Amino acid sequence: MAVTVSIPTILRTHTGGAKSVEAKGSTVAEVIDDLEARHGGIAGRLVNNGSLHRFVNIYVDDEDVRFAGGLDAPVGENSTVTILPAVAGGMR
Amino acid sequence: MLVIRADLVDEIVAHARRDHPDEACGIIAGPEGTERPERFIPMLNAARSPTFYRFEDDEMNRVYREMDGADEWSVVIYHSHTATEAYPSRTDIAYASGPLADPRVHYVLVSTREDAQVNSTGHELRSFRVVDGVVTEEDVDVVESYMFSHTGADDVPDLA
Repeated sequence: MAVTVSIPTILRTHTGGAKSVEAKGSTVAEVIDDLEARHGGIAGRLVNNGSLHRFVNIYVDDEDVRFAGGLDAPVGENSTVTILPAVAGGMR
Repeated sequence: MLVIRADLVDEIVAHARRDHPDEACGIIAGPEGTERPERFIPMLNAARSPTFYRFEDDEMNRVYREMDGADEWSVVIYHSHTATEAYPSRTDIAYASGPLADPRVHYVLVSTREDAQVNSTGHELRSFRVVDGVVTEEDVDVVESYMFSHTGADDVPDLA
């Protein structure tokens, strides 16, 4: 079961410059494990103490996984997983 | 140094004024691997707040996909401060130092406060690099066109 994972610019050094790569897994956590096995150095950027890093957004088929079970969110066959930085700030 | 076209500076300032007193935010995309801001992309502030901004999920997803498809990346990420100086706040620095934040981004801040300190850009508009919590201000060179500016691939700093 192949999933397409969209890689943010900062992590493309780990994917030989590729903007998207294939991975396997039926949950977000499994996809991250598979990515780490193929392109070492990615998991540490995404996961912090067993949960999704606060400043990281992951979408499965455009749905934010924070509202779908976090790292346990299901990933369907032929899904697209998009990894993006959270872009935010404020005056304080 | 950030080299940026005058019409893009005008767009940032116009967006900031339009959304004042809420913070405005957006991207200027350019060819991936270059330092050349070209395409102005105003973003929704999902927080709709005078003290906070956050890119809206669906729009961000769509815009980043468009940039990937066009071989672009975020050269500039801008936002406004509507009551304080155009300098990154603790929150700005925390997000810009996140694990997926790209240190090659130029963070542009513009202030729309009443007593704005206008600089050589004609506005209170400043540009910063943020790497691992360390803020470094850089000069902003406003130009009419990039024809004679060194904004090509040769000027891209190596990623540490």
